Amino acid sequence: MDLHNLTAHEVGDLLRRREVSAVEVTEAMLERIEVVDGRVRAFLTRTAEQALEQARAVDAARARGEDPGILAGVPMALKDNLCTEGVRTTCASRMLAEWIPPYDATVVNRLKKAGAVILGKLNMDEFAMGSSTENSSFFPTRNPWDLERVPGGSSGGSVAAVAAGEAYYTLGSDTGGSIRQPASFCGVVGMKPTYGRVSRYGLVAFASSLDQIGPVTRDVTDCALVLGVIAGHDPLDSTSADVPVPDYRATLWPDIKGLKIGIPREYFGTGIEPEVENVVRRAINKLEELGAVCEETSLPHTEYALPAYYLVAPAEASSNLARYDGVGFGLRVPGRDIVEMYMNTRSQGFGPEVKRRIMLGTYALSSGYYDACYLKALKVRTLILKDFENAFTKYDVLATPTSPTVAFRLGEKAGDPLAMYLSDLCTIPINMAGLPAISLPCGFSQGLPVGLQLIGKAFDEATLLRVAYAFEQATEYHRRRPELGVA
Amino acid sequence: MEYEAVIGLEVHVELKTNAKAFCSCTTAFGGEPNTHVCPVCLGLPGVLPVINRRVVEFGLKTALALNCQVASFCKFDRKNYYYPDLPKNYQISQYDLPLARGGYLTINVDGKERVIGITRVHMEEDAGKLIHVDSPDGGYSLVDYNRTGVPLLEIVSEPDLRSPAEARAYMEKLRTILQYLDVSDCKMEEGSLRCDANVSVRPRGSQTFGTKTEVKNLNSFRSLQRALEYEIERQIAILESGGRVEQATMAWDESRNVTYVMRTKEEAQDYRYFPDPDLVPLEIDAAWIERVRRELPELPDARCRRLIEDYGLPAYDAGVITSSRDLADYFDRVVALYPDAKTVSNWLMGDFLRLLNAADLEPRQSPVPPEELASLLQLQKDGTISGKIAKQVLEEMFASGKGARQIVEEKGLVQISDEAALTRIVEEVLAANPSVVEDYRNGKEKALGYLVGQVMKATKGKANPSLVNRLLKERL
Repeated sequence: MDLHNLTAHEVGDLLRRREVSAVEVTEAMLERIEVVDGRVRAFLTRTAEQALEQARAVDAARARGEDPGILAGVPMALKDNLCTEGVRTTCASRMLAEWIPPYDATVVNRLKKAGAVILGKLNMDEFAMGSSTENSSFFPTRNPWDLERVPGGSSGGSVAAVAAGEAYYTLGSDTGGSIRQPASFCGVVGMKPTYGRVSRYGLVAFASSLDQIGPVTRDVTDCALVLGVIAGHDPLDSTSADVPVPDYRATLWPDIKGLKIGIPREYFGTGIEPEVENVVRRAINKLEELGAVCEETSLPHTEYALPAYYLVAPAEASSNLARYDGVGFGLRVPGRDIVEMYMNTRSQGFGPEVKRRIMLGTYALSSGYYDACYLKALKVRTLILKDFENAFTKYDVLATPTSPTVAFRLGEKAGDPLAMYLSDLCTIPINMAGLPAISLPCGFSQGLPVGLQLIGKAFDEATLLRVAYAFEQATEYHRRRPELGVA
Repeated sequence: MEYEAVIGLEVHVELKTNAKAFCSCTTAFGGEPNTHVCPVCLGLPGVLPVINRRVVEFGLKTALALNCQVASFCKFDRKNYYYPDLPKNYQISQYDLPLARGGYLTINVDGKERVIGITRVHMEEDAGKLIHVDSPDGGYSLVDYNRTGVPLLEIVSEPDLRSPAEARAYMEKLRTILQYLDVSDCKMEEGSLRCDANVSVRPRGSQTFGTKTEVKNLNSFRSLQRALEYEIERQIAILESGGRVEQATMAWDESRNVTYVMRTKEEAQDYRYFPDPDLVPLEIDAAWIERVRRELPELPDARCRRLIEDYGLPAYDAGVITSSRDLADYFDRVVALYPDAKTVSNWLMGDFLRLLNAADLEPRQSPVPPEELASLLQLQKDGTISGKIAKQVLEEMFASGKGARQIVEEKGLVQISDEAALTRIVEEVLAANPSVVEDYRNGKEKALGYLVGQVMKATKGKANPSLVNRLLKERL
């Protein structure tokens, strides 16, 4: 049996039936990483010892007759912007290359309580800025379906690890599409929960009002399980909502008869590859076959989402990243005085994309430009939210492509920031509105995965999961695995 | 030309909540450097602030005591600037929607009462402390983050103050109110109360403002007054010589008694304020405001009026007594036992405060509890001891912590009112001073005083003065 081809809940069932031990699964996964990660390059840090220790603890608990839960003992990994006590957390930046947090992020705490086996930390675009994982200060991650292509970004490592069978599930973070776009590129399930659904405490901030942590999994059931573990109010995050968390797995009924699905025409506009559009439209037809009522609709302010995002996100980032100054922690490059030390540290610690956004954000907030840039962007943001609220008076969910294209080649857009920014066109409006959305595999174009994005009402992840589950049960795309040239 | 000063103060008050503004670290002053810290107040990657409800509560108390309008909706903003003692390189503060606006307080200078407007009251977090170390190879700086995240209130006045004395009176009044509210230690030497002063001058009678400078970080009443005096003189001298005052941020050099320029308008900071996305806006409902309002203590002005109306104290006395909540509380406790308010006030304003100041103590720390002061006054009133002895006893009480009666008994200070015993002494004094007796009989009234003094001397001050007077007169 190829353990690494299973899903988290399948492995969880084996563990519960004690057909395999957590240590065996962990060892198998560590070996899998050994075999494929040289090609995929998803991991920045591996924590084999810690993982085995966690696995032994789960086995011991089960040996005592306890049931620590379906995800207990299932190996997983974390995007490297989630703080892990005692394990370096780099954000793929030279700035934090050696930084070891003294605390765990709330999601890490919750996973540990659920018996997670943590294999290590995953590559990403530096400080989560980018759409290809080429902005990592260390090395780019590759798309398991075609090693010459990018896995997407910024959670490229998280997504590639799941696609390549190096972890049963992972966590990513999504500020403008950083979970969904790479999930689409790599043929896995990725969800950005509602803003406030999952605590951000311990997530190294990029743009605080947009960031959200979410699961990357092989199927919808796993997505429901992982979301159930990480969701819920956290007193350490005042933006985390005190809203009850349903048992998502229990709501996975493959019946969507009569459900109303809006198809916003703006998401099928210029820039979308015709074959991607065909695949997505066929997926929507499938939903209709399953009994959903699909109807074209409009979100008229969609075209303003991208420019507004590129004011709001960099503005917040410029402030969030000000703390990386060489004084308290992280990289310090000496200088003759404090100002020179700041400048040397930040010049050498940050890569070009991070610097670009800090400059953009500093400009957008500076006096004389605040009203025209930042404030205007906030107003646009309100209009975008209103578009969605309006649509949700008529529809239960909205369906769109996740990305206008399939995975592009390494280096293809790396020198053209604007072209890179366009790859998040379909995902950014959802972050601006704080809504939940899921990307799931819905077909292939040129042999590469295509993602279907479903967008839901605030805190209604359950409906998204239900629609995604119905689609998944009726199709086989989620069972396809990349070849990777190994057995 | 005659000039007048226009002064506005920005006062920073450290709140004495147990926990910091956005985390649960202690706010205790001192401590080994960097021991009162956690990931949140150190601004480590990934952390998030959560507002401490007590901070808002203390802010509300203060705003209401200063007669402000409390905002039903306010938010936190980030004030971005680079400084090594500011771990995040932004300060969480409030910008366009502060906690409260539009209040006032009254001051009294040279018998003139004035109402000084309060522009706004807002909440923010404090920064850490830098310790600069000189060394042969250029020196270095150490950072202590114990104070980072300690909650502050910033209280901004209208430019209503017209002299350094008024500025000082405003600051003193503000401190008194804050002490009554028990929201801050108000220890200027520990930085828990400090102020920046905006000051300009203009020809007296002019309605337009001159160019102002801001004098930063005045941390005593004395430096506030002296820095303002200096800065006003400096600005007048510039205008008199035909120059123009440059807008600038100044610092006060305590040792040299001068202000100097820290930065000019051209170097002014752009703080790039924007709403802090990590903190949800605060909604303060009317019920919360009402609850805090009901819990407000009696404030100094009201208490001063009460002392005048209920006890008939002179306004001056009432002002001195209520200038410290501690002293006023002490007064109330003494008066409850010894209802002659004017006598109590005389004693408190005189020997009691003198002895306290000499020992550098607050009234609440007095070694003489209010009950003991009352019993001392009672001893004097019922004639057990004389006024002069009472003063000695008070000093003894301060020094030893013993009770009034105990001291009087141990030292045998009870007044001699025994007529037979005193008659004997009176006769001895008369016999010993025939020429003084002669003088008195020739109409020299003052001679009586001398004879009384001699009797007192002979009895070590214990003779009952009125009895001595009567006995002397009978025999003269």
